[in-house]
Amino acid sequence: MKELTFGTLIAVFEEIFGRGLFWAMVLVAAAVTLAYLYVLIRDRALSMRKFLWAQLSMPFGAILAVVFVQRMTHSGLRDIGGPIDVIVLLGVAVLGAVGSAILVYTVQSLMRPPRSRQKP
Amino acid sequence: MAGPVDFRPSRRGMLGFALAGAITGGLGTRAAQAQRIATKARIIIIGAGAGGTALANRLVQRLDGAQITLIDPRAQHYYQPGLSLVAAGLKPAGYVVSRTTDWLPSGVTLIAETATAIDPETRTVSTENGQTLGYDFLVVAPGLVLDHDAIEGFSLDLVGRDGIGALYAGPDYAAKTWQAASRFAESGGIGLFTRPATEMKCAGAPLKHTFLIEDIASRGGARGRYEMHYACPQPVLFSVPIVSEKVRMLFGQRGIASHYGHTLTAIDPGRKTARFETAIPDPATGTVVKSAAEMPYDYLHVIPPQRAPAVIRQSGLSWADKWTDQGWVECDMKTLRHLRYPQVFALGDVAGVPKGKTAASVKWQVPVIEDHLVAAIQGREGTQTYDGYTSCPLITRVGRAMLVEFDYHNNLVPSFPGVIAPLEELWISWLMKEVALKATYNAMLRGRA
Repeated sequence: MKELTFGTLIAVFEEIFGRGLFWAMVLVAAAVTLAYLYVLIRDRALSMRKFLWAQLSMPFGAILAVVFVQRMTHSGLRDIGGPIDVIVLLGVAVLGAVGSAILVYTVQSLMRPPRSRQKP
Repeated sequence: MAGPVDFRPSRRGMLGFALAGAITGGLGTRAAQAQRIATKARIIIIGAGAGGTALANRLVQRLDGAQITLIDPRAQHYYQPGLSLVAAGLKPAGYVVSRTTDWLPSGVTLIAETATAIDPETRTVSTENGQTLGYDFLVVAPGLVLDHDAIEGFSLDLVGRDGIGALYAGPDYAAKTWQAASRFAESGGIGLFTRPATEMKCAGAPLKHTFLIEDIASRGGARGRYEMHYACPQPVLFSVPIVSEKVRMLFGQRGIASHYGHTLTAIDPGRKTARFETAIPDPATGTVVKSAAEMPYDYLHVIPPQRAPAVIRQSGLSWADKWTDQGWVECDMKTLRHLRYPQVFALGDVAGVPKGKTAASVKWQVPVIEDHLVAAIQGREGTQTYDGYTSCPLITRVGRAMLVEFDYHNNLVPSFPGVIAPLEELWISWLMKEVALKATYNAMLRGRA
């Protein structure tokens, strides 16, 4: 890489997924994040019951993300060759886990808003 | 201990979090573009491949009013770094093909004809249909030609049949190469992999193909029933000594036999035999003994000798005392400017420099030529230099590669020192080749990377 600026990175991602798909994915990620912030602000509380379900979804999200990346790149666990590979693998897993947790929490909150506000 | 069921963050905490995010997001914004320079200069670029296209896009961003003309008859643009993947069945032929015009900016003229003559004295270029164009600056970036006829008994019709592959010849031939190679990977036998004595595009590609086919065969039906031979004219496996040693060790581990000093001269497809001219040092005296040898094969990968296109060799732009059988353009190693005609630059495969016939080299060369060309228009001297940077994601298995980067001095110049080790077989290096490289290449074509 000659110079890795933010603009170059965007260009690279646009080329990987195609301009349309990349920005669609960015929009979906942004929409989910905004929806998450919306339910947090609306409810003014983090529901531990919903958070528990979100946490339970994390391992599945992690595994799905790793399998997706390996499927897309013709590779498998036998190709892990050094520490940086383990870090990348864990990074992909963490992204998948966090993404699925946020998604599951947001979907629950949107579908089942808290029935009544706690009284002061 | 009973506690509250819900977690309630403070409003101030949330605001602080949002602010931190906004600041981080703003860190990467690019500096404003330099002002465009008004000029009436006539710039001709011969070749609309990786180099010509990337340079045209960058010049359009830098110059206002310049008359930029590209001359190239090829309607299709090939992403050549992808040919190794096509020839290993990992990508379809279409993966490497796009249209030349897809990448060109508006404001340039494409003449879809072959350049037939260059006269650097009168500063003109002629095309096949008789057009003659004058120039103030000329960039020669026509690529190179594959001299298949130099190998007796070989023709491109043979590719894909009778165990013959030739992945350099283009996307369709790369796909046919996979047809032949996959039969070898299923049924086994003798695999014979070659490279030419001349300078060549991406000297890593012959090694990649060898490694990939060995890996696929080791997992496929041929497991335990194949042998691998790598024959090269050079006394080493790679021009950079430290990389050559690493590859030698990997070949040892993978059971790939090396045959140094072997130049492929002829094939006999009927007998499935390849003939080599050999030049091997006598172990006792050290003098090189020339001879000939024949080797049998069930799968043969042919890479023919490579030369500058005829129009370059006939134009008087080539080196007179170096690579005389190949005709690469005489130019300064650091600036790529012609040594006798300062209005002429050589870009990409055709440049007569010791290393750098790869797309990665082109990416480093383009900004240097841009700098010197724009400086010349402004009547000053350019400052950027090219130090031979070449990069090769040297694939060693389906799923692993070594990200080898080096310069003119055979030094390793890793982009991510301490993070991605250059001589280690890594998954991340494979990911770069498989996923990020084409994206970076396309961004380069558009003048954005």
